[in-house]
Amino acid sequence: MLLVSVTVLIIFKYVPIYGLQIAFKKFKILEGIWGSPWVGLANFKKVFSMPGFTQAFMNTIILGGLNLLFGFPLQILLALLLNELTNLRFKKTVQTFSYLPHFISWVTLSGLFIQFLSPSTGPVAALYRAMGLTPYYFMGEVSTFRGVLVVTNIWKSIGWGSIIYLAALSTVNQEMYEAAIIDGATRFQRVHYITIPSIAPTITIMLILTSGSILNDNFDQVYNMMNAAVYSVANNISVLTYELGLKNMKYSLSTAIGLFKNVIAFGLVILANTISKRVNDYGIW
Amino acid sequence: MSMSIAVKKHRKKASFIRKTPGEKVFDTFNSIVLGLMALSMLYPFWYLFALSLADAEKVALSHVYIWPKVLTLESYETVLASKYIWLGFMNTLIRTCGGTLISLVLCYSLSYVLSKRYYPNRSFWTGITVFTMFFSGGLIPEYLLIRDLGMINSLWSLMLPTAINAYHIVIMRNFLMSLPESLEESAHLDGANDIIILYRIILPLSMPIIATIGLWTAVAHWNAWFDGMIYIQTPEKQVLQVTLRRVVLEGASSLVPLSGEEVSSKASLTTETIKAATVMVATLPILFVYPFIQKYFVKGIMIGSLKG
Repeated sequence: MLLVSVTVLIIFKYVPIYGLQIAFKKFKILEGIWGSPWVGLANFKKVFSMPGFTQAFMNTIILGGLNLLFGFPLQILLALLLNELTNLRFKKTVQTFSYLPHFISWVTLSGLFIQFLSPSTGPVAALYRAMGLTPYYFMGEVSTFRGVLVVTNIWKSIGWGSIIYLAALSTVNQEMYEAAIIDGATRFQRVHYITIPSIAPTITIMLILTSGSILNDNFDQVYNMMNAAVYSVANNISVLTYELGLKNMKYSLSTAIGLFKNVIAFGLVILANTISKRVNDYGIW
Repeated sequence: MSMSIAVKKHRKKASFIRKTPGEKVFDTFNSIVLGLMALSMLYPFWYLFALSLADAEKVALSHVYIWPKVLTLESYETVLASKYIWLGFMNTLIRTCGGTLISLVLCYSLSYVLSKRYYPNRSFWTGITVFTMFFSGGLIPEYLLIRDLGMINSLWSLMLPTAINAYHIVIMRNFLMSLPESLEESAHLDGANDIIILYRIILPLSMPIIATIGLWTAVAHWNAWFDGMIYIQTPEKQVLQVTLRRVVLEGASSLVPLSGEEVSSKASLTTETIKAATVMVATLPILFVYPFIQKYFVKGIMIGSLKG
C-alpha cells in the first residue's frame, strides 16, 4: 500500500514538477517535453513584455491585499463577538449559519450572486428602487467588481476562518476573568486586557501565514464571477495562465507564468515561516 | 466540552451580578448584529429557493424577495427532466465516493509509516510529501501528464491527481503520533504482528480523524469543477458542477432547456427561474446533510490546529 502511495505521489506531484522545464523550452507537441529545444529565458522575457501580464500581476496583488486588509480582522472580530454571547444556543445557531457558505462551491455561489445582484430582478436592486435610487449592475462595472469579489469572499470565509480564534479563545484561563471581575474590571477592559492578549499569538501566526498566501488569487471565485466587461480588473495571474495555456495552447508561456508565480509564492511562504519562527518560536515546519 | 459549558454557566452568573446598563446595551446590540449576520448567510440561499419556485407567468420576478405569491414546481420538473443533470449527479457521486476512498487509503497508509519514529529516512519522506503542499508543477505540466497517461475523458483524471494530499497526511500523521507508543509495545509483547496491530488497534483508534478528513475530501470532490472542465470533454461524462456552470453561467440551453418557449406550453418558466432551480438542485443535497456533519468538520480543524 505504501508503494502505491509513493508511486501516486511521485507520478502526480513530481512528474509535473519535472515537466516545469517546458518553461525554458520551446514546446513542440510532436517532440514532447524532453525533446523540445531549450530556449533559456526567452519565454520569461516574452511574458514580462506582454501588456496583460502587468495588469494580471497588479490585480492579483490588489485583490490579495484587499482580502487580507478587510477579511482578516473581520474573522477575529466575529470570534470576539461570538465569545461575548451568553446564550449558548443562539451562539451555536449563529456559528452553524456562518460556516454554511464555506461548503458551497464558487460555481454555485457565482450563479447565486449573479441572480442576487441582478439589476432587473434581484432583491438588492429592489432595495435600491425602494430608496428611490437606480439599480446598479455591481458585477458588470469595473468600479464595483472588486468590491463584489472582496465582499462575497469575506461572506464565504468569515465563519470558517473564525473557528481557529474561537478554539484559541476556549483555552483562555477563566480564572483570569473571575479575578478581573472581582477587581472591578469592566467588560470592555476584560476583552482588552485578557481576551485579546491571550489570542495574540494565534493572530500573529495566522497573519503571517495569510500574508504568505497573498498571491493565491482565488481562481475559482474570479473566473466564475467575471465577465468581459470587467476583464481589466478581473484578469489575474491564474486567469492569464489558464487562458494563455489551455485556450490559446501557448504551453511554454503559460508554464513560465505559473512557475514565476509559484516561485514567488514559495518564497513568501518560507519568509512567513521564518518570521513566524522568530516571533512565535513556532513555524509550520 | 461539558467542562467548558460549566465554566460558561459560571461566567454567565458572574457577569449577571454586575451587568451595567452599558453592558446590557452592548449585549442587545451584539445579538442583533450577529443575528443579522447569520441571516445574511442564509438569505441568498433562501432568495434563490423562492425564485426557483416562482410562477413567472403570474408573478413579477422583481417582486420576489421572501416568498413568491404563486408557486410552481415546473422549473424543477424541467431541470430534473434533463438527462445531463442526472448524469452529472451520477458522475459526481462516483468521483466523490471513489475519490474519497482512494485518497483516504493512500493518505492513511503514507501517514502511518511517516508517524513511525523507527522508520528509515522518515524525515526525508516527510519533506518530500510536505514540499508538494507549497510547490506544484502547475496547470500545463499537470494537463500534459494527464493527456500522456491517456486519462482525458476518464473519471480517473478526477480521482487520482488529488489523491495524495500533503496537508491531510500531516494532520493524520500528527494524530497518529499522539497515540501512546506503549499500546503497540504491549501488543507486540502479546505476540501481535504489525498488520494485526494496525487493523485491530491503530485503525479503530484513528476513526475520528479518518471521518473528518474523509468528509473534507468528499466536500472537495463534490464541489470540484475545474478538473472536470479541462479533463472531461463529453457532456455525458461531465460532473455536476461543470454542467451547472454551463447552464447557469454560460447559458447552455442544450443541457437544460432554458426558457418557456423551448419547453413547449410551459409559459410559467423563464431563464431566471430555471437557472435558480438548477443551482438549488445542486445545492440542496449539501444543505440537507450539512447540519448533521457540520460538527465533524469543526472537530477536524481543532485537531489540525494542534502543534505537531
